[in-house]
Amino acid sequence: MEQKTLTLNMGPQHPATHGVLRVILEVDGEKIVKATPVVGYLHTGIEKTMESKLYYKAIPCTDRMDYLAPMSNNLGYCLAVEKLMDIEVPEKVKWARVCLAELSRIKSHLVWLGTHAMDLGAVSMSLYAFREREMIVDIYEACGGQRMMTTYIRIGGLAYDLPPDFEKLVRKFLKEMPARLDDYETLLTNNQIFIRRTKDVAVISAEDAINWSLSGPMLRGSGVKQDLRKDNPYSGYENFDFDIALGETGDAYDRYKLRLEEMRQSLRIIQQAIDGMPSGPYRAHVPGVVLPPKEDILHKMESLIFHFKLITDGFKSPKGAVYQGIEAPKGELGFYISSDGTNRPNRVRVRPPSFVNLACLPVLCEGSLISDAVCAIGTIDIVLGEVDR
Amino acid sequence: MEDQVRKFIQSRFSEAVIREDNFRGDQSFFLKPEALYGICQAFMDDSELDVHFLADVTSVDWLGHEEEMGGRFEVVYNLYSIQHKYRFFLKVMLPAENPTVDSLTPLWNGANWLEREVWDMMGITFTGHPDLTKILTTDELEGHPLRRDFPLTYEVPQFNWNKDDPPEVLK
Repeated sequence: MEQKTLTLNMGPQHPATHGVLRVILEVDGEKIVKATPVVGYLHTGIEKTMESKLYYKAIPCTDRMDYLAPMSNNLGYCLAVEKLMDIEVPEKVKWARVCLAELSRIKSHLVWLGTHAMDLGAVSMSLYAFREREMIVDIYEACGGQRMMTTYIRIGGLAYDLPPDFEKLVRKFLKEMPARLDDYETLLTNNQIFIRRTKDVAVISAEDAINWSLSGPMLRGSGVKQDLRKDNPYSGYENFDFDIALGETGDAYDRYKLRLEEMRQSLRIIQQAIDGMPSGPYRAHVPGVVLPPKEDILHKMESLIFHFKLITDGFKSPKGAVYQGIEAPKGELGFYISSDGTNRPNRVRVRPPSFVNLACLPVLCEGSLISDAVCAIGTIDIVLGEVDR
Repeated sequence: MEDQVRKFIQSRFSEAVIREDNFRGDQSFFLKPEALYGICQAFMDDSELDVHFLADVTSVDWLGHEEEMGGRFEVVYNLYSIQHKYRFFLKVMLPAENPTVDSLTPLWNGANWLEREVWDMMGITFTGHPDLTKILTTDELEGHPLRRDFPLTYEVPQFNWNKDDPPEVLK
């Protein structure tokens, strides 16, 4: 008997799979008949690790999931713990967090743009995208002392006060970035090769997108108006004026335009945040739960005692379960914390946007060509650290 | 919206609700496991409430708290209405021995991987799932790592490929 289809293994080590994703393709000539994503190669048990730690000490774990947008992950976890402990943070903290979360959205989208365009043959794009990303990384370094794993956002506030040159760095970025985004558009938006590789490729309809639980650009690309920043505002997003970018057809080209528009909207939000940044303390004053400011620890005995108690013993949380979802660059990032009344969480569940979005890969690429599978993986915008956790 | 969801569930499935809980604004309903699928089906068919988005499926192990919780395993379904911008939770409690609940994959494709993950990490069986296989852990790993009685640091030896059929020299 003659075999009609051929099984082709793509990954786990493949430049187009953005990490260690393996896709088993069943092909008939150049056409994909069946695609089966295989994940789990990067599984490190982050949820289990977080459950074994005090609430404070789990924050570094969150950086390491979506390492392209560490501030968003910090924010999601800290907001969830603040919701559990019923802490209200100062205005300045909210504005600074919004500013940093939007910077991390641009940072994540830049890496996506660079790698996605590189997968489709426009290699120089990655150089430009990473050049601009460097400016954001420098801002992070000024804030938290780290370029990628910042752990800057803490429960009840920030790790340190914003650095003195923060405003200058952000304003420089805001001045340069719009022109750079226009440059990207001249390189890609009307580029015939790019359009042919992305237009009507990896299409998903609005009903399917909802049924597959997609979120973020994957959902909005199909024309569903859902953005947690507008719908369920957190961290003071209701004070900011911005639009939700929407796609129409739900193909890869739509999602490309949508993500570029999201970067522009993020710039608007950052502009408003930096113009109206209130002054005040950088941590909430909740003795016994939130760490006292570093200056106080050096000069006041009570603060030193609180600090010592919190680091060694943590704080006891009320019994109950909370869920806090935020609009991370890749979609809805949610933290479900279930507490049994001790100083450690009984269960920390991360709702990973990449993992849920990746599940629809077979829908995106079945029936298309093998080269379109590369485009489909790129357009979902996955980070395997977050998929596998 | 909070009252509408309560009314929807209470009017049609009043005997299925064990209790309702509201903690920090998160509304959740503890349901009898056998009624879960029917309620989700009703939500899918209803266009007024527009609860068509299953955001998440997860599970909690209440080892040591079985008495007060009414079972060892808690499966949490996170439902969202895009039109009304409202989120609520359906929860079922399952026994320690052979925890089983109906799969929601026939209703939501998105439930497929989420349920596989719950099965892999917590060992809860979903009946009616098309492909309930391991997704995150390695094939060699035995047990379900997110259970509270799974040790944190113990590692199963990975090089056991010829354990059952050792080479001649070792026999």
